Amino acid sequence: MTIESTTQVISGAPHGAGVRADLETRTGMYRAQVRARYFEKEANDLFLQNLVKGTTHLATGQEAVAAGVAGALRPDDYVFATYRGHNHALLRGVPMDALFGELMGRENGLMAGKGGSMHLTSVERNFMGSYAIVGAHLTIANGAAWSALYRGTDQVAVAFFGDGATNIGAFHEALNLAAIWKLPVVFVCENNLYMEYTAISAVTAVEHPAASRASAYGLSPLLIDGNDADVVYACATEAVALAREGGGPSLIEALTYRHGGHSRADPGKYRPDSEIQEWMSRDPLPLYRARLESDGVAAETLDKIEQEAHDEVATARETAKASPPADTATVERQVFSDGGSSWRR
Amino acid sequence: MAEVITYREAVAVGLAQEMARDPSVVLIGEDVGAAGGVFKATVGLFERFGPSRVRDTPISEQAILGAAMGAAMTGLRPVAELMFADFVSVGHDIIVNQIAKARYMTDGQVELPLVVRFGNGGGLRFGAQHSQSVEGWLMAVPGLKVVVPSSPADVIGLMAASIRDNDPVMFLEEKALYGTKGEVPDHEHVDELGTAVVRREGSGATIVSLGTMVHRSMDAAERLAEDGIECEVIDLRCLVPLDVTTVATSVTKTAHMYTVEENPRLCGWGAELVSIVTEECFYDLDGPVRRITSPHVPLPAADALEDAVIPSVERIVQVIRESLD
Repeated sequence: MTIESTTQVISGAPHGAGVRADLETRTGMYRAQVRARYFEKEANDLFLQNLVKGTTHLATGQEAVAAGVAGALRPDDYVFATYRGHNHALLRGVPMDALFGELMGRENGLMAGKGGSMHLTSVERNFMGSYAIVGAHLTIANGAAWSALYRGTDQVAVAFFGDGATNIGAFHEALNLAAIWKLPVVFVCENNLYMEYTAISAVTAVEHPAASRASAYGLSPLLIDGNDADVVYACATEAVALAREGGGPSLIEALTYRHGGHSRADPGKYRPDSEIQEWMSRDPLPLYRARLESDGVAAETLDKIEQEAHDEVATARETAKASPPADTATVERQVFSDGGSSWRR
Repeated sequence: MAEVITYREAVAVGLAQEMARDPSVVLIGEDVGAAGGVFKATVGLFERFGPSRVRDTPISEQAILGAAMGAAMTGLRPVAELMFADFVSVGHDIIVNQIAKARYMTDGQVELPLVVRFGNGGGLRFGAQHSQSVEGWLMAVPGLKVVVPSSPADVIGLMAASIRDNDPVMFLEEKALYGTKGEVPDHEHVDELGTAVVRREGSGATIVSLGTMVHRSMDAAERLAEDGIECEVIDLRCLVPLDVTTVATSVTKTAHMYTVEENPRLCGWGAELVSIVTEECFYDLDGPVRRITSPHVPLPAADALEDAVIPSVERIVQVIRESLD
C-alpha cells in the first residue's frame, strides 16, 4: 500500500464513511493535538534535565489518532491506553500539572508518584489506565464494556494499543470474547510500523497486523490514515455509534508514525531515512492546521491555540517542579481497601 | 436446623446467597452456566439467575480475568471461575500485574471487588498440570487476599465474605474436598476473612493446617491422642490476611509448632509462618518448629506416587511423635 492511499478511510467503514465534525469540534481536535505535541516535547526536555526518571514512551507524531477518537467519545465512556499514553490521558481532560508531577515523581502527581509515566490513570475522568504489559488491557476494556452492557448504560469502552500487541495472545482472546458477547468496545490499533525496535511487518504473518485479522472475529477490516484527525474521527464516530446501539465491537487499524524511538533508550536508528522523511512530510499537525485554515478558521485562532498550549505546558511544568518529591509516607498506602498494606492479624 | 451438604454444593449455595442479595454479583467462567461447572460446583445457578448473570466463556483465561477486572472497576462484583488452579499460570499477568497492583499504582483510585475461584490441590490422580496447590504463588503477591476453606460451612461463609470484600480475593476450593459433607447454617451465613479457627484444642503441640490438610491433621491428632499427645489443630482458612494472633496464642500455650502443607516445600506458606513464629515467639518454643510438606516435586499421577508426595496422616503422626520423643 502506498502512503498516498492512506489519506482517507481505506476500507470497510461500518456504515459508510464521511462523518464530518463541525468546525468547532475540528478546531478542538487541533487544540488536542497541539497540547499533546507540546506536552511530549516538554516531557522529553524534562527527561534530558534528569527531572523525569526511569523511562518515557512518547507519542509524538501519533496525536491525530488520540484526538480523532477522543472527539468521538462522551465523557462517561471508558478509555484504556498503553504505556505510550500521555496523550490519551491529556485528551480525557486529566490536568497537565498532575501528569507532569506523576512523570517527575512529585507529590502533586496524578497517582502521588506511585504509577509513573507508564501507568497514568484517572478514574474520575473515566481514563481507566495506561497499561504496560502489552495487550493485557484489551481484556480489561472488555470487562468495562460488559459491565456497561449489564448495567444497561450505553457507555462504550475504547482500548488503544500498538501494532505489537496484535501478536500477543491477549489480543486474540479479547477480540473473540468481545465479538461473541457483542460488547460495546472499540479497539484502536495505533500502527506506527514498529513493535519496539523491529518493523511490525518483519514479525507478523499478515500484511495489516490488526485489519487483516478482523475477519477472524467476524469484524470488518478498518484500515485508516491515523495521521488525519478527520478520518479518525469519522471512523471512530461510526464505530462508537455501532457499539452504543448494541452492534458490538469494532477493530480499527490507524496507520501512523512515531517521530522518535520506542522509548528514552532508543534513538530509532533502525528506520530508513527515506521512510522518516516521508512520514515527517505527513506530520499530522501542520497538515491539519493547513486544512482548517483552508476551511475558514482564522490563522489568529490557530496561533492563539498554540500560544495557549505553550503557556499551559509552561505553567503545568512549573507547578510540578514546585511540588515536593513524592511523600514516602505513601509507600505502604493503598495495597488493600482499608487504605493500608497490612497482611496479618 | 442445620443441613448436611457437600463442599461442592456449598459453593453454589454460597454464590446463590450473594447473587440473590446483590444484583451486581455475576459469575463467569468456562462451563459454569448450563453445564453447572466441570466440578459441578455451580449447578442450578444458570437456571436461577439467567444467562446475563451466569456466563459461559471460551477457554481464554486472560479474557476471563480481564473481563472480571474491567467489570469490577466499573461497578460490578464479578466472580470468575478458572477451573483447575493450575490454569492460573495462563492468566498470571492479569492477576499479578494488573489486578493485584491496580489499587496501589493508582493510589487507591481503582477498587477491585472481585473473586477468582479455583479448584486447587491434588489427591485426584490428575497429574502434575491439574493437581498443584498454588496458594503459595498467590500469597506472595502484594494486593491479593487468599482464602482456602476446609468445610462446607466455611465455603459459604467465606465465599460471602470474599464477595463482599472490596479487594480481589483468590478463593481456592480444594478439589479433594468437593465430595466431603458437613453441616451448614440454614440462614444467611457470612464469615470473616483473616480469622483462623481452632478445630481441636490441646496443650502438647500446635498443628497449623489449611484446606485438605486440616482433615488429615485432625485425624493425626486423634491418633497422637492415643499416645497421650494432645495436639491443638488450627485451620488457617486464609493466608492473606494471615491470622498470626491465633497461631501465636496457641504456640505460647503448647511450645511446639508443626505446619502441615500440601504445597511443595520451597516458599510454602508455612515458611512464612515459621519465620514469624521464630521471630516473635522464640522464647515460648521448647523445640524446633517442623514443616510437614509435599517434597519439592511436581505432583505425579499414579495413586501410589501421589499418596507418597502429599502429607499423609501417617507421616504427620510419625514426624510429630518422633520429634516430641
